[in-house]
Amino acid sequence: MKRLVPLVIAIVAGFILLIANFIPYAESWGLTAQEWFNILAVGAMVLGGGNLIKLQLMKISSKKAGWGYAAVTVICFFGALIIGMGKFGVHPNELYPNYAWSGYYLEEGSSMWWIYQHMVVPLTATMFAMLAFYVATAAFRAFRAKNIEATLLLVTAGIVLLGRTYAGVWLFGWLDYFPETITNFSIFGVPFDLYAMQFDRLTMWIMEVPNTAGTRAITIGIALGVVATSLRILLGVDRSYLGQD
Amino acid sequence: MKIHTIPILAMATVLSIASFASAKGEAPAPPSNVVAVDAPDDAGQAVILSWALSLNDIFGTLEADSEAPDPNLVVSMYSIERRTDTSANGEEITEEDKIWRQIAESAAGEVTFTDRKVQRGWTYSYRVSAVDIQGEVSSWAVTAEAVIPIMQAFNMSKAWLAIFMLMFGGFIAFFINVARSGKKLWVRPIAGLEAIDEAVGRATEMGRPVLFVAGIQDINEIQTLAGLTVLARVAKTAAEYGAQIEVPTCRSLVMAAARETVEAAYLSVGRPDAYQPDRIHYLTDEQFAFVAGVTGYMVREEPAACIYMGGFYAESLILAETGNYIGAIQVAGTAMPSQLPFFVAACDYTLIGEEFFAASAYLSGDPLQIGSLKGQDYGKFVSVLILVIGICFATFASMSGTDDNFWGNSRNFITDNMLGSAGLLPTGSGDTDIEGDDS
Repeated sequence: MKRLVPLVIAIVAGFILLIANFIPYAESWGLTAQEWFNILAVGAMVLGGGNLIKLQLMKISSKKAGWGYAAVTVICFFGALIIGMGKFGVHPNELYPNYAWSGYYLEEGSSMWWIYQHMVVPLTATMFAMLAFYVATAAFRAFRAKNIEATLLLVTAGIVLLGRTYAGVWLFGWLDYFPETITNFSIFGVPFDLYAMQFDRLTMWIMEVPNTAGTRAITIGIALGVVATSLRILLGVDRSYLGQD
Repeated sequence: MKIHTIPILAMATVLSIASFASAKGEAPAPPSNVVAVDAPDDAGQAVILSWALSLNDIFGTLEADSEAPDPNLVVSMYSIERRTDTSANGEEITEEDKIWRQIAESAAGEVTFTDRKVQRGWTYSYRVSAVDIQGEVSSWAVTAEAVIPIMQAFNMSKAWLAIFMLMFGGFIAFFINVARSGKKLWVRPIAGLEAIDEAVGRATEMGRPVLFVAGIQDINEIQTLAGLTVLARVAKTAAEYGAQIEVPTCRSLVMAAARETVEAAYLSVGRPDAYQPDRIHYLTDEQFAFVAGVTGYMVREEPAACIYMGGFYAESLILAETGNYIGAIQVAGTAMPSQLPFFVAACDYTLIGEEFFAASAYLSGDPLQIGSLKGQDYGKFVSVLILVIGICFATFASMSGTDDNFWGNSRNFITDNMLGSAGLLPTGSGDTDIEGDDS
């Protein structure tokens, strides 16, 4: 029963969403299913928040290594909760001026807005900025020319990196001073255009032709994988996500 | 000098006022051919209104290459009004809907408007007028006949999608039946999945935990579900080997589902006592805060194996590079094409796209699920076939120099109908078929 009910819900909701995609009459069913999910997700937030606090309090009480960070987490959690629910600095909504709490909790100038703008945004930006360094170290490892494939990757990456900067344009900019009669020639009947070899143009070609082809091949595989997985779940063949093979 | 300029200026002012006054009294030409039709492929919730531009609309006259219109009469917008003629099922029409009332304004140059505030089965009339830059309103152009929005039984713009769905579903169902009959189906080995046991074994030997991240999406995303199916196997192996598994989650519902999955895995190998629910915990919904939490854990606890299976965004490289830094064996799987290069660069094994979705069937070894993989392969074959045929048609159409022949029409049929949303069959003129014209 513990597995059956979620399975039935998954199958029914899945079929409703599938039908809603093709039958105009059922369009609203899909929206209703989505609303139900949103309600469940909001309810589950309490579960998640409770779990977070429980673990942090356990860390503090047992004085585990780094328990000070856990204390900071708990203080920030309750601080944000009180400020957010109290809507400090939020003006009432124009439609409901008599209700003090009717305003938007992230209204510009409010306490929650201040926390978001001056704490959450900079911290998030800091984490995101670190990505640049991770890209550099990952690229350093990935571009080592260990074999033919890695060498090809290195050369392609070099062209794309240069082609995306002004250096790529500058390196072959002198070609613009030559007339087409010199830059366009043929060897054994095969036409060559030196302009096409400029890094910025090569980059465009690499991104539009081989890169797009590869991405589309992966995307088609993904789309079919999604269909097959969805059908396995809808037909109840795959129940491993419920903890059952 | 001043004495001479004053009368000239005064005369110019008088002339301009006279000209303005004459323009004020003149109205622009009205739009023409106002037609209202029921929007196709919907539940009777929209009406599409179209009209021909006013002769004073510069977008229209410029296209027609005619004389430049009077600048005072240039159309700035179109005013659209609606009147409700009859209702359905005896419902009452409000007084303000019984008369003409403005429902929208459309910018100059626009020739269509979709009214989405209509009720199924009710009868509506529309009229459109042009408004010039002086605010003068033209006479009204009224629809010749009223329109009734009706519901279509099937969304024909998705007819080919339905056909492909049924076809792929048929392949999968067929091969599931083949597998059920006892026939052995071969599936190529997937190195990344073979490596999972090795990774968990290594963690056990080193006495360190296994970290599993099921992406940052919620439980309603198929990638998260696919990730949880892999988690079932990882947890089972960890339970068998006696390794600890740590599952931080970015969504509360994923935490609840992951707990069920891991608990069932521990139960299935007879180790319910080893199951620790607190190791499957929620961190935060914030993407980078979640990354900070997970990478912090990685640096402190140094898990021997890190497994990332699910939907990831920019955090993929931060996680994988941190895992690389601590020397963990890493296996990743995602269906995010933009994140795959990062995982390939930083992880030991990566499940690319469809391999990730095949993981559940592959790991379970269940013939029914493996049958579905075989069906998926046939779906891929059909996709490749359509691609090759489309490439041939496009090439021949390009070589013939015109689109108006068999090759061009066939290519358009594939791109517009089969892969687009132009319906089951070509309409001939290339326009979208408009059904339910009740006018």
